[in-house]
Amino acid sequence: MNIQNLQTDFLVIGGGTAGTMAGIKAKQANPDADVLILEKANIRRSGAIAMGMDGVNTAVIPGNSTPEQYVREITIANDGILNQKSVYQTGRWGYEVIQELESWGVKFQKDHEGNYDLKQVHRVGIYVLPMPEGKDLKKILTRQVKRHKVRVTNRVMATRVMVKDGRAIGAVGFDVRKGDFVVIQAKAVVLCTGACGRLGLPASGYLYGTYENPTNAGDGYSMAYHAGAELTNIECFQINPLIKDYNGPACAYVASPFGAYTANAEGNRFINCDYWSGQMMLETWKELNSGKGPVHLKMYHLDDDTISEIERVLWANERPSRERFHEGRKENYRTHGVEMNISEIGLCSGHSASGVWVNEKAETTVPGLYAAGDMASVPHNYMIGAFVSGRISGINAMDYVQDIEHVEPDADFLAAEKARIYAPLNRPDGVPHTQVEYKLRRYVNDYLQPPKSPTNMDIGLAAFERYHDSLDLMGARDPHELMRCMEVHFIRDCAEMAARASLYRKESRWGLYHYRLDYPEKNDEEWFCHANLKKGETGDMEMFKRAVEPYIVDVNLEQEVYDVAVR
Amino acid sequence: MALATQRVDVPVIVDESKCLEKCTACIEVCPLDVLVKNPETGKAYMKYDECWFCLPCEKECPTNAITVQIPFLLR
Repeated sequence: MNIQNLQTDFLVIGGGTAGTMAGIKAKQANPDADVLILEKANIRRSGAIAMGMDGVNTAVIPGNSTPEQYVREITIANDGILNQKSVYQTGRWGYEVIQELESWGVKFQKDHEGNYDLKQVHRVGIYVLPMPEGKDLKKILTRQVKRHKVRVTNRVMATRVMVKDGRAIGAVGFDVRKGDFVVIQAKAVVLCTGACGRLGLPASGYLYGTYENPTNAGDGYSMAYHAGAELTNIECFQINPLIKDYNGPACAYVASPFGAYTANAEGNRFINCDYWSGQMMLETWKELNSGKGPVHLKMYHLDDDTISEIERVLWANERPSRERFHEGRKENYRTHGVEMNISEIGLCSGHSASGVWVNEKAETTVPGLYAAGDMASVPHNYMIGAFVSGRISGINAMDYVQDIEHVEPDADFLAAEKARIYAPLNRPDGVPHTQVEYKLRRYVNDYLQPPKSPTNMDIGLAAFERYHDSLDLMGARDPHELMRCMEVHFIRDCAEMAARASLYRKESRWGLYHYRLDYPEKNDEEWFCHANLKKGETGDMEMFKRAVEPYIVDVNLEQEVYDVAVR
Repeated sequence: MALATQRVDVPVIVDESKCLEKCTACIEVCPLDVLVKNPETGKAYMKYDECWFCLPCEKECPTNAITVQIPFLLR
């Protein structure tokens, strides 16, 4: 096996939304610095937005809304547990991101007077800006990465961050085609590997039929954990209302401004806001269990031209294969509601609040290690939040690396990691990764899918701890299979975190995301705090409370309760 | 470990009469890296059944040789 030794000033792990922006901003801040994006796929079509996006959902446009209003909305939607300063950044810098994207050729929808044509999807504010031609977003970002002379290494998957004397000094991984062992020394590292989208098992049973791009297997959550960084609110799962079986968005964010809405089998509304929140998911769960299910996205009351316009957006962006899915079932928005279901669980701050703990500078608790995008703990952050946090990490990392030198990695660490990575190749007839992953993710469904019950979660936790033995049975016949095997390691780590964090927080919060049957009420007295975890000195996972940072925007949470039920 | 080989219906179909031997457009853009060339024919095919039915392979194929079906389990 070949060994590649690389060196860079700033290593960006993951070349999706946040990662490409982190690289670009770092080079803008210091054109002389060496910046390397490491990507396990190809940045041209990787990450959550492989086929672009139909709109940005957290656009704070001056004259329309303010960062303070946005922080207030997210504080209420997230039941008060957040670092407002981090959320503020999304509101503060989002407009500049939009303007810069526009200067690069990304088209946002405008009205007849040339103003941004914003739509309301959130409960109070207006933050959704459609991008009906957003399908080539990744291609545009890739062009800018090249123009800014950011180096890119595609098809290499990172497996561990290297840490020495308490700070990040690079990362280790392997080439998923050639199998080379890759060691990268860096002065600073940002993790932007997206959500843990392959945690629960989709009801279809297809391992890759997930809402998130299935390459996003929780790599960054696991790598940050093993680097010693804190993670937060992992019990606040991502659960989405999705097209049944297809498991992608239906998508109310596009269709509801045209008059579509989520309805029960009788065609009636049961929620008054289609914005994705834990409270909205809890109402959906109740409706499905009330005898009035299934629920559907209702468009059949709209006129033909309106539906054609919705189709033009939905069938070109984000998940364009929706068109052939509906076609295959001979269903049409004019005559059929889009049958929806509650997804399996995942971890993603883009839609909920879990993630690697970061402050408003995108710093984790390990010096030199940053996190951005869907895996960083900035709640309800969506794509604009990923761009903003990527931007912030790139700029701050460039500042940090000024007085830092490269550090020689520890030889024992490298030897141990090499042995761990390549073990499945020594067992080509070992259990296939597909079977090992399937069973692990079925356990996640069996024991962690809300509503959560304590004994179930105990059994699940024991199964995940025991699962190290199953990982040791996995066999791979080539570097591609090895990539999937190592992803199963990431998924196991995330499953254990999800179980421990859910057992730790002895209350219910965030609607369905953390609905405990044994503690069905919110308990602010004991649990108005973050539930954080990290790898302790002994190597065991430790849970602890972290106080909520003082608010910078006043919100009276006793009066302003997030409630979207139709009564 | 005793292993069996199972047949699976895969989502990505390549029309070999249109697929260009020297082109790797679909292989390069696949996020899951499931497409490879058959070394004997030079034609692309889906080697690993790990598909997100996201469509870059189909959209970026210069000769429209690729059709992505919704995976059978979801269809």
